[in-house]
Amino acid sequence: MRIARLLAALLGLALASVASAPSRAADLDAAFARIATENFGEIEAAIGDLAATGDPKAAAALQALTDSRLVYAPADKGVFIKAPDGKFTDARTGAAPAAEPFGTKPVRVNNRVRRALEAALGSLTLLSPDPAKRLAAAEAVLKSRDSAAIPALDAAIAKETDARIKKTMVQARAAAVLGKADATDAEKVSAIDVVAERGDQDTLSLLANLRANGTPIVKMAAETAAGAIERRLAVLSSVQNVWYGLSLGSVLLLAAIGLAITFGVMGIINMAHGEMVMLGAYTTFVVQEILRTKYPALFDWSLAMAIPLAFLVAGGVGVLIERSVIRFLYGRPLETLLATWGVSLILQQAVRSWFGANNREVGAPAFMSGSFDFMGLAITYGRLWIVVFGALVFAALLFVLKATSFGLKMRAVTQNRRMASCMGIRTPWVDSLTFGLGSGIAGIAGVALSQIDNVSPNLGQSYIVDSFMVVVFGGVGNLWGTLVAAMTLGIANKFLEPFAGAVLGKILLLIFIILFIQKRPRGLFALKGRAVEA
Amino acid sequence: MSLRFKSFVAAAAVAAGVTLASAGAQAQTIKVGILHSLSGTMAISETTLKDVMLMLIDEQNKKGGLLGKKLEAVVVDPASNWPLFAEKAKELLLKDKVAATFGCWTSVSRKSVLPVFEENNGILFYPVQYEGEESSKNIFYTGAAPNQQAIPAVDYLAENEKVQRWVLAGTDYVYPRTTNKILEAYLKSKGVKSEDIMINYTPFGHSDWQTIVADIKKFGSAGKKTAVVSTINGDANVPFYKELGNQGVKATDIPVVAFSVGEEELAGIDTKPLVGHLAAWNYFQSVDVPVNKTFIDQWKAYTKNPKRVTNDPMEAHVIGFNMWVKAVEKAGTTDTSAVIDALVGVTVPNLSGGYSAMMPNHHITKPVLIGEIKADGQFSIVQQTAQVVGDEWSDYLEGSKDLISDWRAPMTCGNFNVKTGKCGGASK
Repeated sequence: MRIARLLAALLGLALASVASAPSRAADLDAAFARIATENFGEIEAAIGDLAATGDPKAAAALQALTDSRLVYAPADKGVFIKAPDGKFTDARTGAAPAAEPFGTKPVRVNNRVRRALEAALGSLTLLSPDPAKRLAAAEAVLKSRDSAAIPALDAAIAKETDARIKKTMVQARAAAVLGKADATDAEKVSAIDVVAERGDQDTLSLLANLRANGTPIVKMAAETAAGAIERRLAVLSSVQNVWYGLSLGSVLLLAAIGLAITFGVMGIINMAHGEMVMLGAYTTFVVQEILRTKYPALFDWSLAMAIPLAFLVAGGVGVLIERSVIRFLYGRPLETLLATWGVSLILQQAVRSWFGANNREVGAPAFMSGSFDFMGLAITYGRLWIVVFGALVFAALLFVLKATSFGLKMRAVTQNRRMASCMGIRTPWVDSLTFGLGSGIAGIAGVALSQIDNVSPNLGQSYIVDSFMVVVFGGVGNLWGTLVAAMTLGIANKFLEPFAGAVLGKILLLIFIILFIQKRPRGLFALKGRAVEA
Repeated sequence: MSLRFKSFVAAAAVAAGVTLASAGAQAQTIKVGILHSLSGTMAISETTLKDVMLMLIDEQNKKGGLLGKKLEAVVVDPASNWPLFAEKAKELLLKDKVAATFGCWTSVSRKSVLPVFEENNGILFYPVQYEGEESSKNIFYTGAAPNQQAIPAVDYLAENEKVQRWVLAGTDYVYPRTTNKILEAYLKSKGVKSEDIMINYTPFGHSDWQTIVADIKKFGSAGKKTAVVSTINGDANVPFYKELGNQGVKATDIPVVAFSVGEEELAGIDTKPLVGHLAAWNYFQSVDVPVNKTFIDQWKAYTKNPKRVTNDPMEAHVIGFNMWVKAVEKAGTTDTSAVIDALVGVTVPNLSGGYSAMMPNHHITKPVLIGEIKADGQFSIVQQTAQVVGDEWSDYLEGSKDLISDWRAPMTCGNFNVKTGKCGGASK
């Protein structure tokens, strides 16, 4: 109904004659008077009225309301648009008010009002010169499935030149036809064919009603279309599980890969590993705070800047811990466990006292927010970048270990300390740096995890168990094992979750690992030969 | 290790302080216990409550104290460790002999201290919304019972958003499980079919919400308006909302109403993608009444931080503290039995512009507010009900719908069965 009024207004606007101007102005005044209230129902109705006037001033007011810049003065029902710089414009006249309006309140918005706004703006912009706006408008109409929108859509389709927007408009029209009470069966069947092309969940819900109560022929067409979509979605859901699994796997990989060095290569049971991740996340927070206050333009680069800093901070703390605590405890795993556990509590409480116990806000740069559609699969940019980042960190670490002189020394020391020492390698120095490297990598992981998890003093605790699980499952001392283990656990978890639920899924996975370790105590890829005994 | 040591040092310091104080001013002060975690997982929520209690005690002392004596705060740190809560409660009651205690956040911590307070006849004010199904002579519940938060929120969605399909998502522990059980029974009593209710539990601190958000999207595209009722606990909310924002689930499509997300929790998230999602509480910082404005100014001045936010459990402590002060003045003594009797019927102003009264079931009356998240992390209040009386025994659960609680003589019973006419005995 609202859209019908809107469209009538739109057409009216196109053919606007001077004669109709006074009555339109009266409508506009009435609508503005109506919007100056606390009552959501009234505001919602006023939005319909405003849109129905088709006046550009109404469109400006609606846009302002979307940005929550529309205010009203309760005393005289004046409605104003407040510019970001605090200047007021009278919404009725578009001119600056004679006197600064007194005691203004923002026009209140709730979900109902927001929906009405989206629909109103959507229909108003179906003929907009901006292609992005037209596409959004077509999507909005597709969502609202309002049969009254058909004439406007016909007009828009006839004019549309962009193939993609046209397609959406045609689909929107088909969806509207399906919602029309008096559409013929033939019209409905062809509309079903058109919407079936979209093949997503929304289409399925559109067809659900027709499957239940359409005429036999419509029912059959809907049934066939829905069947095809359901099969497609079933395949898609497996692909989706694999993707989610890879994404969870790369989070596990990032969390565990530093531990694969400190625990896997050096054999230190490092309970403070999680806190290195936390330090990395807090470094990101500090970097973002500084950028926010001093150089807001550089905000999108905050993560790139945080990565080296997080490596240095966490690595530095790691070296400090190794020099001051761990080096006295080599070969005494139980004491190391207790000491590092203590260190982890100290670090947590230190961060809690310094930054406060509350979560800190770490923002996502523009390129990491939102999602895109890949063959019907919603892939979020944040997760995608974390997968890429995980792979990069893994490759870089592999390179350091296999192709640099430091990596060579590190492997030499861990394989045969005395021999390495005889060859002139300063083994204590290598120990510190190796521990620092593992901690630094954990810090880098913290930068990535700050994007998906809480930045709070407890951040590390939630990852420590998972990290040990991955390293032990993959085989201590083997980076490739860590990779395979992280991905296996991630994907297995995501395939279990839909059936067993998140809680039971995790339990099943733990049971599996316990059984697996019974059978193969050294994990997936056990080190063989003399290195094992060293 | 270090934590134990720290709390030992803290305890020693407190003990030393107490000795010094008591040497000079024997019985010149009234001690008030504060039992909130200052370290560990729950510190994120509970530290604020300790601060607000210190502020209230400070204010009261500026007004001349109570019964001519100064109030003295005794702060202990149970470190988010449930058995330690009981230990610290015992210490407060037996060693420090506090007149009243304000504390606990999680239900499990409350359950852990309950026998201690009953055995030693203490007074505990519990400020957080909880699952109900409990009534104790020694505990005063100033947070919301399910009928003061969950049920009105569901009603709001059903009436205003015309929601027909419900996702009940929660963290896997006693509060969400009981609340969801009550909500499920309530929804079914309203004619919602089983296939229109999806219940999902996740572990504490769950951080990978991809599958669940995708499931919610799928569940929500069945052609009926869908909403999520979230009893997800504190820490797991941030990744949950981030995932919602990233997967493009907007409040206009599938609104999420949360019972554990307040101003404090939102302070850690970019709220722009969350605009329009809802929360149900008995208080919001954005309540526009003079008494709330005074409180917020006071709080900001006390914490010396103009960005500090206020939240619902803080208001509960304000109400609880004022009630206790009034009851002590009424009784003319801090003797626990007398104060417990005096507390029932005490009425004090709450921060949403009305009055809250302590009912005979040791729960209070308060209005229910529904708020939508705004871009600045505050809530826009879209509905405010009249005063609702806290109902500890839910009317929608088998086995609890016939129970009532009345701690006034002659009944003095926490679980009186109106069908059999018998008191169930020891409180649960």
